[in-house]
Amino acid sequence: MATHAATDHHHADHHDDHDHKPQGFMNRWVFTTNHKDIGTLYLVFAFIMFCIGGAMSGVIRAELMSPGLQFVEPYFFNQMTTVHALVMIFGGVMPAFVGLGNWMIPLQIGAPDMALPRMNNWSFWIMPFAFTVLLCTLFLPGGAPAGGWTLYPPLSLQGGSSVAFAIFAIHMMGISSIMGAINIIATILNMRAPGMDLLKMPLFVWTWLITAFLLIAVMPVLAGAVTMLLTDKFFGTSFFNAAGGGDPVMFQHIFWFFGHPEVYIMILPAFGVVSEIIPTFARKPLFGYQAMVYATASIAFLSFIVWAHHMFTVGMPLGGELFFMYATMMIAVPTGVKVFNWVSTMWKGSMTFETPMLWAIGFVILFTIGGFSGLMLAIVPADFQYHDTYFVVAHFHYVLVTGALFSIIAAVYFWWPKWTGKMYSEKWGKFHFWWTIVFVNLLFFPQHFLGLAGMPRRIPDYNVAFADWNMVSSIGAFGMLCTPVFMFLILWHSKKHGKTATAEVWEGAHGLEWTVPSPAPHHTFTEPPVIKASMLAHGDPTH
Amino acid sequence: MATAQGKHIYYVPHGSKWPAVGTIGLFTTMIGAANWLNEVSWGKPAFYVGVAILLFMMWGWFGDVIRESLKGMYNSQVDVSFRMGMMWFIFSEIMFFAAFFGALFYARMYSIPWLGGEGDGALTNFYLHSGYAPAWPTNGPDAIGGAFQTIPAWGVPLLNTLILLTSGVTITVAHHALRAGHRTQLLVFLGLTVLLGAIFLFYQAEEYIEAYQHLNLTLGSGVYGSTFFMLTGFHGLHVTLGTIMLAVIWFRCAKGHFTKDNHFGFEAVAWYWHFVDVVWLGLFMFVYVL
Ligand code: HEM
Ligand SMILES: [Cu+2]
Repeated sequence: MATHAATDHHHADHHDDHDHKPQGFMNRWVFTTNHKDIGTLYLVFAFIMFCIGGAMSGVIRAELMSPGLQFVEPYFFNQMTTVHALVMIFGGVMPAFVGLGNWMIPLQIGAPDMALPRMNNWSFWIMPFAFTVLLCTLFLPGGAPAGGWTLYPPLSLQGGSSVAFAIFAIHMMGISSIMGAINIIATILNMRAPGMDLLKMPLFVWTWLITAFLLIAVMPVLAGAVTMLLTDKFFGTSFFNAAGGGDPVMFQHIFWFFGHPEVYIMILPAFGVVSEIIPTFARKPLFGYQAMVYATASIAFLSFIVWAHHMFTVGMPLGGELFFMYATMMIAVPTGVKVFNWVSTMWKGSMTFETPMLWAIGFVILFTIGGFSGLMLAIVPADFQYHDTYFVVAHFHYVLVTGALFSIIAAVYFWWPKWTGKMYSEKWGKFHFWWTIVFVNLLFFPQHFLGLAGMPRRIPDYNVAFADWNMVSSIGAFGMLCTPVFMFLILWHSKKHGKTATAEVWEGAHGLEWTVPSPAPHHTFTEPPVIKASMLAHGDPTH
Repeated sequence: MATAQGKHIYYVPHGSKWPAVGTIGLFTTMIGAANWLNEVSWGKPAFYVGVAILLFMMWGWFGDVIRESLKGMYNSQVDVSFRMGMMWFIFSEIMFFAAFFGALFYARMYSIPWLGGEGDGALTNFYLHSGYAPAWPTNGPDAIGGAFQTIPAWGVPLLNTLILLTSGVTITVAHHALRAGHRTQLLVFLGLTVLLGAIFLFYQAEEYIEAYQHLNLTLGSGVYGSTFFMLTGFHGLHVTLGTIMLAVIWFRCAKGHFTKDNHFGFEAVAWYWHFVDVVWLGLFMFVYVL
């Protein structure tokens, strides 16, 4: 360690931009405290998880391609739906956003790094181990958890030896997320360069600030819920056992008190990304910056009082059904504010359609479809029909795949030149986009019809009446399975042969991150930058 | 934030091996615990090895931080980051307890009345649990765990309440002493706080023994036993951690690690202690009295 002591003080007389990358694999990646390297680790990890989760969805769609049972045992099918969801949510979407946050938040607010860099390292490195635990359950006698990612008891407790492993894996993910979120809040509140006032921060930073708050508020509640599952199974407690005075429905309340904010944890940073990209390529400041901030905050607040819309059919008192219905519908108001603001930002802008912009526009349109189906689901009597059908599956895949995932892909294309100093191929980036647009809609749009017609979710077999749309959906799925390969090749090619990127990268780019060279040096802003109005992405109408 | 030259300089720590050690410790603990629960023979030893690694990590990591802090490597910005970290960590702990309090309230306000036939529960009660009359405490329609008695609030729990409240006072006195530079007073009152924490734990252990041996009140006593032991148990675990942290801080005070205006370690533990205290007040109210 003594050899590193010098780096502690390097800033004082540090005016060159030597990279100072630590030597050796372990020092560079395993003991790292560098937000850029940790961000990269998160993103690579998320990519691998997307591929693993994607493979599982391939199994699901292969089985559902035609009626009857053809490829897998029903019990294995259940494991696939359960683990697919857990991997995509906790291993894919969330770490991807944490990776983007790690890379971009310090660059966007003029900080040298995250506020607590060592804890940042720990937050990341827990994740691969957590998922090792979770994925290893696939090979246990009795297999992986198969009761659905929502872990409803008593079903979830009837698994084999996987129950304990899954619960401890979730604990590890929770510890990681909480520490990551604490770090992000401390960074944003404490590490902003002088002049980077709260209401001048880029929206990606704002949305992450609020997301981090949600994470700290609800991940511990999930930890509590799964702890009760654990004690119910192994230590004889009766939290979810009616015979002992408990109630399985109580688990659903606790779970969804976490679960609904959790879905906003996965979409608020996406809102931030899109709010960065659209102004850039419309060459106009974001319309209604402050309204966007307040809308994000009110969505976050409302997300705490809508959870039981996942439980309309479980048997709640009428007053509860009504309250949660109206509260849920209220979320559509701030969400609508956002959609209108993105559209107004584009209105009369001098738009160009580079790859990130295509993904962002795809996001706005397709996420909105998911929002509309959400509104349909929020109507209690209608949900009695839709609940646990493929309509719900269609809804959450529109918001999560064409929402959260699209924004992650958009963000990678948008910031890739800043990270690597290389441009990617616009031609192939656009190809990636259009291919995805076709197949993602083939995949998920027919699921609306299937659900409205009554096809239940999480069941490997179905009535022949559903055969045609299932075939279409599976074809869409197989098209989608190619897309990670495209993305990998495009980025690989860019890294090897891409054109050199400028510091500004995009013609309409504003924001501190575009003032540092591309690729961003290993250490940036070792001294606080002097912030000029022209560097701000938002909050200054004169730029 | 400002250095000697009056220029704003950031501090970024160098790399560290401790997070990696912590990851290995956490991983070993978790797979050890899971295997233990699944009755795999190496689970239990693995769990303890994992815990030992975690303790070693804390020792080393905090040790590094203390040494760096004593060397004056941290600036006030780092101090604020630490403070925010601790505050939000405590907030996450509050939410963890909130889940269990939520379970308690839900059981008492909804599930038990419903099992007893209130609301829409009339038929359930009639066909599945006929004869079950809702009440609190209860171990449910099937009287899981058999008849039991509860711990009366106005005995040991009241005493423990007074002990924790007093410890909140002593730690505040110690803090004032630290700020005023009265070393002896600091050590005495901080020591008293540690002692009160330990006494609290002693009574809590007595109470558990009494519950298990004489009252037939166990973790398996239906929903009452579940909420009672999980809430007081997790609280007790936090008191244990808090007491250990206070003891560590006592030694650091004795070694003269803290100055009048630079003693974040002390304050962090004091906040933690107050948090444990407040959770207890909630417990006393809702678990014992009401
Ligand atoms: C206008 C906003 C939204 C409304 C009104 C809404 C409403 C709903 C409702 C009522 C359900 C329950 C359906 C049922 O199970 O019967 C649901 C399910 C779901 N929603 Fe949304 N939603 C909205 C936005 C979102 C967003 C932004 C996300 C994530 C990014 C999301 C993710 C999910 C997920 C994952 C489920 C299914 C959970 C499961 O049962 O496995 N929703 N939504
Ligand atoms: Cu929801």
